[in-house]
Amino acid sequence: MLREMSETPTVSNAAPAAEPRLVRPASGRVIAGVAQGAAAQLRLDPVVLRLGFVLLTVVNGLGVVAYAALWIFTPKEQVKGPEPARDWGQFAAYGVLWTAIAGLWWITGASDGSIGTWPIVVGGIGALILWQQADPGRRQRWMSGAVSKVSASWVRTIVGALLIVVGAIGFLAASGELAKAKTGLVFTAVVVGGMLMIAAPWLASLVKELQRERTERIRQEERAEVAAHVHDSVLHTLTLIQRNAHDSREVTRLARAQERDLRNWLYQPKQDADATLAAAVRRVAAEEEDAHGVPIEIVCVGDCDLDERLGALLQAARQAMVNAAKYSGAPVISVYAEVEPDEVTVFVRDRGQGFDLDAVPADRMGIRQSIIGRMERNGGSARVRTEPGDGTEVMLTMKRAS
Amino acid sequence: MKTVRVLIVDDHRLFRSGVRAELGPSIQVIGEAEDVDSAVASIAELQPDVVLLDVHMPGGGGQEVLRRVLGSGSQVRFLALSVSDAAEDVIGVIRGGARGYVTKTISGAELTDAIVRVADGDAVFSPRLAGFVLDAFASTEAPPIDPELDSLTQREREVLRLIARGYAYKEIAKELFISVKTVETHVSSVLRKLQLSNRHELSRWATARRLV
Repeated sequence: MLREMSETPTVSNAAPAAEPRLVRPASGRVIAGVAQGAAAQLRLDPVVLRLGFVLLTVVNGLGVVAYAALWIFTPKEQVKGPEPARDWGQFAAYGVLWTAIAGLWWITGASDGSIGTWPIVVGGIGALILWQQADPGRRQRWMSGAVSKVSASWVRTIVGALLIVVGAIGFLAASGELAKAKTGLVFTAVVVGGMLMIAAPWLASLVKELQRERTERIRQEERAEVAAHVHDSVLHTLTLIQRNAHDSREVTRLARAQERDLRNWLYQPKQDADATLAAAVRRVAAEEEDAHGVPIEIVCVGDCDLDERLGALLQAARQAMVNAAKYSGAPVISVYAEVEPDEVTVFVRDRGQGFDLDAVPADRMGIRQSIIGRMERNGGSARVRTEPGDGTEVMLTMKRAS
Repeated sequence: MKTVRVLIVDDHRLFRSGVRAELGPSIQVIGEAEDVDSAVASIAELQPDVVLLDVHMPGGGGQEVLRRVLGSGSQVRFLALSVSDAAEDVIGVIRGGARGYVTKTISGAELTDAIVRVADGDAVFSPRLAGFVLDAFASTEAPPIDPELDSLTQREREVLRLIARGYAYKEIAKELFISVKTVETHVSSVLRKLQLSNRHELSRWATARRLV
């Protein structure tokens, strides 16, 4: 359960996905996408429904009727661009499956309601129970195994082998040779079964050994990655610190930069600094921290993708950090970025000396142009709160593109 | 003003002595412990007012100490102190019963202030913790199971936002035209929600952040 949860995306500000309407998707359809659409609605794998349709068709043709009805009453999904091709490979697979089951059905005489019906019903129920009991993750794996590429799937091999055996028996039965071949078949089955029993423990241990080796290899790769990181960054910085031991400012800067780097590596989700706001804010703050030697503490709530206007917001925030680092004299700068559904707000605050906003000479462009002007040109707003002796806080707000 | 009796629990000796040296005169360090077992024993023996608790330690870490001490019905107050910024750790110790979380980069004066606050029964939120809480309570659109516990009031959100912006309690009080005591009440109430809310999104959010 926990595993499944952890795989869900983390913070999303997108609107919650509404209950999907029943539609027939165009991509990945086998005939008309009916099974796929219905499966999405029922949160099942489409294979389950497709097999269901195939079985119902074999039994009494009900599958065809049900499929046709759903086809008529379900709207088609709107697609942009050219319509994706039908999945002919799967179509062929289901066709073969249908032929095989129908053949078996007819041969065993199940169609007359005699002997063959019960074994198939019982087997079907058993299979259903198995499917129900398997946990969702495993079911997913089985499913993907059953429909994924041939190379990856032993399920396909088994299904294929079964079909061949069924076909062979069917052929023998049809030509009346089954009774003669029976002894031979029983003999073969016993021999193969016996050999399997002998080899099973050995096969099991082989599989286990392989898995163990794989885990070990992954672990070693991880260890190597950690070692490489520690070597490239931490050891390198420690050497630099020893060399610069006389310069306390430089030592602090080095230690701080290394701490930040290590923290990001350990605790921050991997993010692309060119793609999302929180990562970009962190990067900008890190660059200014390095340039000016004043620690910048960052707190981000929520996240979203960057666009042109948020790029402008970021530039304004950078200018506010530069101002705070250069002129406030504060030992630390706080940056707080919050992404809300309709707007993004960034606060840059210091507890430094502050200044008189009205007394700033008209030719000083830092605040007027780089912060306030830039924000307003891009449809946002900036507010500067400051008083001599009371620190400075710059608040930047930008509406999000809808 | 009465002195606060503090026990320092941390597996780094250098760090323990560093904290000891930095704390103000209103704090009396009555003992140190370096792992989970000795911490549990010392707490039972010395009955400190506040335990400064490291999150990562041999033998189960801070959460194990919290579980064993608070599980036995003790009323000792804990302030978690860690180098870790991981959401999982922060939310973990708070849910485990700590009354605050500060990182080891905190200054001596601020730490002293935080200890006194915790000793008085208040909660201590660092800007980062405030950010985590805002994020965690905002990250889901699922309807709350218990509306009283599972969502923050507008005022609590405002207070947390100011903490995240780097405001001290006094500055928050001035900003919102309320008393410092009221700010403390709001923060304590957020702490209570954080500890008692049984929405699993909180833990799930923290775990997921680490795994992304």
